[in-house]
Parts: sequence; structure tokens; C-alpha cells
Amino acid sequence: METSQVLLVFFGGLVPMAAVAFALGRRKALMSDASGSRMHSLPAQYGVYVATWMALPALAIGIVAAAVALLGLQVPPAPFVLSFALFGAAVGLMLALRKVEPTLRARNAIEKFVYWTLFSASLVSILTTFGIIISILFEALKFFSQVSVWDFVTGTNWSPVATFRPGQEAADSQFGSVPLFAGTFMITLVAMLVAIPVGLLSAIYMSEYASYRIRTLAKPVLEILAGIPTVVYGFFAAITVSPLVVEVADFFGLHASYTNALAPGMVMGIMIIPFISSLSDDVINSIPNSLREGAYALGATKSETIKQIILPAAFPGIMAASLLGISRALGETMIVVMAAGLRPNLTWNPLEDMTTVTVRIVDALTGDQAFDSPETLAAFALGLVLFVVTLTLNLISIIIIRKFRQSYE
Amino acid sequence: MSQGITLAPSRRLKKRYRAEQRFKAYCIAALLLALAFLVVFFSDMIRQGYSAFVQTEIKVDVTYDEDTIKFTNESVTEEVSPLISRAFYRTIPRQVEANPDLMNTTQTRWLTATAHVDQYRKGYSDRLDPELKATLDRLDSEGRVSYGFNSGLFFSGDSKIPSNAGLWSAFVGSFYVMIVVLVVSFPIGVATAIYLEEFAPDNRFTQAIEININNLAAVPSILFGLLGLAIFINFFGVPRSSALAGGLTLSLMTLPVIIISTRAALKAVPQNIRQGAQAVGASRWQAIRDHVLPLSLPGILTGTIIGIAQAIGETAPLLLIGMIAYIPDAPTSMTEAATVLPAQIYTWSGMPEGAYVSLTAAGILVLLSLLITLNATAVILRNRFERRW
Repeated sequence: METSQVLLVFFGGLVPMAAVAFALGRRKALMSDASGSRMHSLPAQYGVYVATWMALPALAIGIVAAAVALLGLQVPPAPFVLSFALFGAAVGLMLALRKVEPTLRARNAIEKFVYWTLFSASLVSILTTFGIIISILFEALKFFSQVSVWDFVTGTNWSPVATFRPGQEAADSQFGSVPLFAGTFMITLVAMLVAIPVGLLSAIYMSEYASYRIRTLAKPVLEILAGIPTVVYGFFAAITVSPLVVEVADFFGLHASYTNALAPGMVMGIMIIPFISSLSDDVINSIPNSLREGAYALGATKSETIKQIILPAAFPGIMAASLLGISRALGETMIVVMAAGLRPNLTWNPLEDMTTVTVRIVDALTGDQAFDSPETLAAFALGLVLFVVTLTLNLISIIIIRKFRQSYE
Repeated sequence: MSQGITLAPSRRLKKRYRAEQRFKAYCIAALLLALAFLVVFFSDMIRQGYSAFVQTEIKVDVTYDEDTIKFTNESVTEEVSPLISRAFYRTIPRQVEANPDLMNTTQTRWLTATAHVDQYRKGYSDRLDPELKATLDRLDSEGRVSYGFNSGLFFSGDSKIPSNAGLWSAFVGSFYVMIVVLVVSFPIGVATAIYLEEFAPDNRFTQAIEININNLAAVPSILFGLLGLAIFINFFGVPRSSALAGGLTLSLMTLPVIIISTRAALKAVPQNIRQGAQAVGASRWQAIRDHVLPLSLPGILTGTIIGIAQAIGETAPLLLIGMIAYIPDAPTSMTEAATVLPAQIYTWSGMPEGAYVSLTAAGILVLLSLLITLNATAVILRNRFERRW
């Protein structure tokens, strides 16, 4: 039997059996009620209790069988698993039915079960983080067993030699990551030079100057920028903005590459504007009015109040917003994959083509490389650095925002 | 002396007011800049993409007989033959099979022209053979050339022939991915939010979960792709490029969005509701299930729709799990190789033929209208059903 068929039989059998178990439990409770002894919970709750105890052993057996198969220990034969699950369900059903007595607190038992279900759901997010760490770490460690960490961190030459067969030697490969990070930081810098001033000033306008009407109109329109898929920004940067940059540079007598770092940087900056503006807007709005009124009472104009009172008070929040923006820019992929270059290039000139960490990750993992080739593993090493850097930035900004909220609440 | 006292402050005051005006102007300029970009962006996409919604069609006589089934490009006159898209000739044997009455007849049909002809007529490129140009101009003067709605853009799959390429398989792939995301992330997300908002004790562990969720919302999407590749595909053996692998990966990305918005929706329900229910004998869970959840449902659904819209527009993690394969036929199951709308757009944007530029822009317009519809639904849902307390 195929896996999908086994799953179909398993769950297709479980549902009607649960219905039967529910009916049995409820009937026993009703009969017991009718015979005069008062039950602790409602009859339906006994039904749910019995059905849960019937389903749980079956599910547990199914999960164990799946785990055994996945870990590669042995593939248990499907009929064996199914009949074993059926047996578990029958035992569970019998024991639970026998326990249906007036003294059984079925409602409390169900609610305890609900509580633990909700609790285990909340563990999924923790598991996701662990999943990311583990999936990156193992491959990255394999990479660092072949290439020294020092060469990776300080080397200025990134030229992996393609290996298409597993185990093939790639002795001439160089994995100096400095040019990749230089490109990433250059594009992030350009993006921030666009996003922070525009985002912050729009936030100030919307929270301090704009009328209610303009505010309710402009805010969702700005949010549209955040909703545009990055692949669309990438196309826009590559097809429209890059040629424009080249033309403008030509006009000033400069030479610009068609995969220059400026175009993806600017477009990325525009994408990040709403992140900065909506977070700064929240922060500025949470500054108590008494601060503003105090400044006005001393004769300050509105802009003086903003520059000398509001912005310093909101500074931690704005800082946090900018850090989140930077973290987003560092990890942004599609815009740079489509509009930035592939050539690792160590330069200060944003008109030249530069490549980024994310571009190299995508390039290494979408080609025909053998999975254990150094270049593929290098993608995971780059991913590890990216994860550590963005995690640090995110954590700092999350903590700043939490502290900030507490101080004004 | 007295004049000096009155003049000095007023000059300074003027300066301060000018600074005030300037600052306000900067703020307005920043906002206008962002809005102007939006206008430029949308008009650019429409300018590049609108032409792909129509295609050049040519009216020709098609002959169906024994010879033309074998040598299909002989089914039309030799002169017109190179103007017609190859995609049509391929379908001739199938047409006859489906409708045997066609055999040994000649039908007058409007047929899709090649991408070269289409590009030439739309004014994008001039690289059409002069002889073909002359033929085309003659047909045009006879009224046998016109534009028809490009239904293939919506109803056919990807193709290496630009005039035949469409979004259908990407639609199906996106639909499957959406189903997986919904089935996985909605229950887990809502359950997590209920736990954190209603049950969790305020201790270190809960705080760790909260910070972790906030961090996950800001982790670069490409790292989720690495997770999908290493865990779902390499460890759990989910088929590469499948809608299932893509959906599971995107589910983990969507989870924080759903959790955060569900928590906000639960928080908006006043404590009185819970206390009222508990006062008449409901347990904590019953109060949540019967009162808090129904009241916060509009907010929860709004957040879910926004999360789904984000997932539909996501590309980067899907590149890593191989969802950029060439998929001409729509997948029929979750485990088959599939592509999604943004991945299709990415594939087309990398094609060398000029015709794919307007196809890409048209695909973008379709994707954006889909996302705008979803988000508008979410906003309407919130405005109609959300209760203010």
C-alpha cells in the first residue's frame, strides 16, 4: 500500500469510529443519569471523553510507526500498523467506557486535554526556530571542516569551482566571503538611506501634522508598498530602475553597470519605507501628550517640539524600527537575485555590479551542483551568518520595543 | 534701544516660523515621494503588461486531410504558414480526433500569430522578416488581422512558445500551496494564540515563546527555504518541487503572522465577556470557545487572509525547494512537481525572448490584482464585522 492510501484508511477509519465512541459514551452517561445517579458532567462531555481516549492510542501508534519509518530503522508493514492501531483504539475505547461513572469528571479531563493541545501548538514556533538552526548548522559545520573559518571570514576572493559529482575534488575553490558581505552591506546602506528619512518623515507627518482624514487615507496606501511581492519589486528594479540608473550615470559622464548595486538598493529602500513608517508612527503616537503640551507651553513651535522633545523621546523606538529594517534588507532575496550582479566584487562604487549573500545562496542551491559539494555547503555557511546577524538585530529591536512600551504604559 | 528689543525677537521668530514651514514641507515631500513611487510603479507595470492581455490573430482557412495531419504546417497556405504560432499546428491531430467530422473539410478560423508577429504589430520590435511584413500588411488591409483576448494567458500552462504561455499551472500550484498553508498554519496559529493569550502563565518560558514568535516574523524568508530543503525534503522525504513541500515551508512563515493577529483579536475582547460567562458557571475553556472566539473571529480571519496573501506572493524560499521547474501541465496532486504564480513570474523574467517581458508584467498584474482582492476582502471583513468595545 502507498503512504497516501494508508493515511486514507487510517483517518477514514478513525472518524466514524470516533463518532461511534462518542455515541457509546454519551449513551452510557444518559442511561446512568436516567437510573437516578447524577453524573458530574454533561452526557456529551462523556461522549467526547470516550472518543478522545479511543483516538489517542491509535494516533500515538501511527506517529510512532511514521517516526520509525522516517528514521530509517525499518519500514513497518502497513497492515500490521493499521491492525495494531485498531487494537489500541479498541483497548482505549473499552477502558474509557468502563471509567464512565457518575464520579468521573469528564469536563475537567477534556479541558486538560485541550490545554495540552494548545500548549503543544505553541511549541511549533519554538521547533521552527530549532529547525532553522539545526538545518543550517549541520551543513555549515560540514563546510567549515573543509574550509577554515578564518579563510571564510577574512578572504577577499570568492571563486568556487563547480563540482557536479559527489566526492569530486574542488581544490582550487576559494571561499573568502568579504566581497559578498561588502555587496550586502552596500545594498543595505543604499536601502536605508532611502527608507529611514522617507519613512521617518512620513511617520512624523502622519502622526503630528496630518488631519484624521489624510491619516486614514495615507496609511493604508503606504501599507500597499509592504504588500507588493518582492519578485515584483525585483522585476521593476531590473527592467525599469537599472536602465534608468545607467542613463542618469551616462548623463553625468559616469559608467554604470546594468546590474549595479544602486537600483536594487533604492527599490529595496522603497519596500522598507512602510516598515519604518508604521513602527515609528506607533512609537511617536505612544509618546504622552503631556510632553508636547509642556513644550508648547514654553513657546516652542511644532517642529521644535518634534525635533527637541518627541524625537529624542521616541529615539529607542525609531532605532528599533531601523534595526528591523536593516535586518529585512540584509535578508531580502528576490530583488537582489533579479537586479544585482552575480560577480563577487569588492568595491566602494555602487554603480558597479556587486553580489550579495542571498544571491550566492540561491545561486548555489538552484544549480545542478551535487548536494555535498563545497559550494552547496557554503550556501549553508552563508545562511548561518545571515541567521546570526538578523537574529541579533531582531532580538535587540524586540527588546528595545518591549522596554519602550513598558516605560510609557 | 527700545526698538532693538522688539526687533530682535521678531526677526528670530520669523526665522523660527520659516524653519517650521520648511520642516513641514520636508515631511509632506517624504510622504508624497512614497505615494509618487506607488503611482510610477503601477503605471509602469500597466504600461508594460497591458498589451499581453490581447494577442494578434489572423483569419485563415485551415484544411484538414490525411496530409495535413502528418505535415501540420501545410494545413494553411504556404504564405501564411510562418505567421501562425507553432502551438496551433500541434493541436491539429487532436482536433481531428475529437471531432472526426473535420476530416477533409476546410474551416475558416482566427488563429494566434507567432510572438514575432505579435511583437511587431504591438510596436515592440522591428525584427520581422520583410517578406512576412509585406504579407502581414496585405492581410491587415484585407481585414484579416486583429487583436483577440489572450485567453491562453489564464487557461494554458507554461510554454517555451511565448504566444502559448499561460498562468494556468501556476494558478493550480498556488491554489494547492494555499490549501496546505491554510490547513497547517490556521489551526496551529490560532491554538498558539489562544494558549499565549488565555492560558499561559507569565513566566520566563512564555516570554521566550513570545520573543521567539516576534523573531520568526522577522527572520529572512530565504532561511525558511533552507529549513524546507534540509528538513522537509532531505529528512522527511517530501517530494522536491511539490506543492506539499512549498506549502509546509510557507506555513511556518505564515504562522507568526496568524499568531500575532489572532492575539490582537483575542486581546480586543473585553474581560467582562469572560467574567460574565464564568459567573454563570462556564469553565475557562467554555467561555473562550462559546464567547471569546466567536467575537474575535472577524479579526482572526482578517489576519489569516493577510498571512495567506503574504504566502501567495512569496518566492525566495520556494526557489530553494525547487519550485521553479518548467511545468507545462497543471499538477493533479499535492506531491507532483508544481510552480506558483510568483515563481512563474520569476521564470518568465529570466527568459531571453522579448515577448516574455510583457508576459511577465501581465503575470505581475494578475498576481497584484489577486493580492489586492484578498487584502480588500480582509479589510472589508474587518470593517463590517469587527466590534468596537
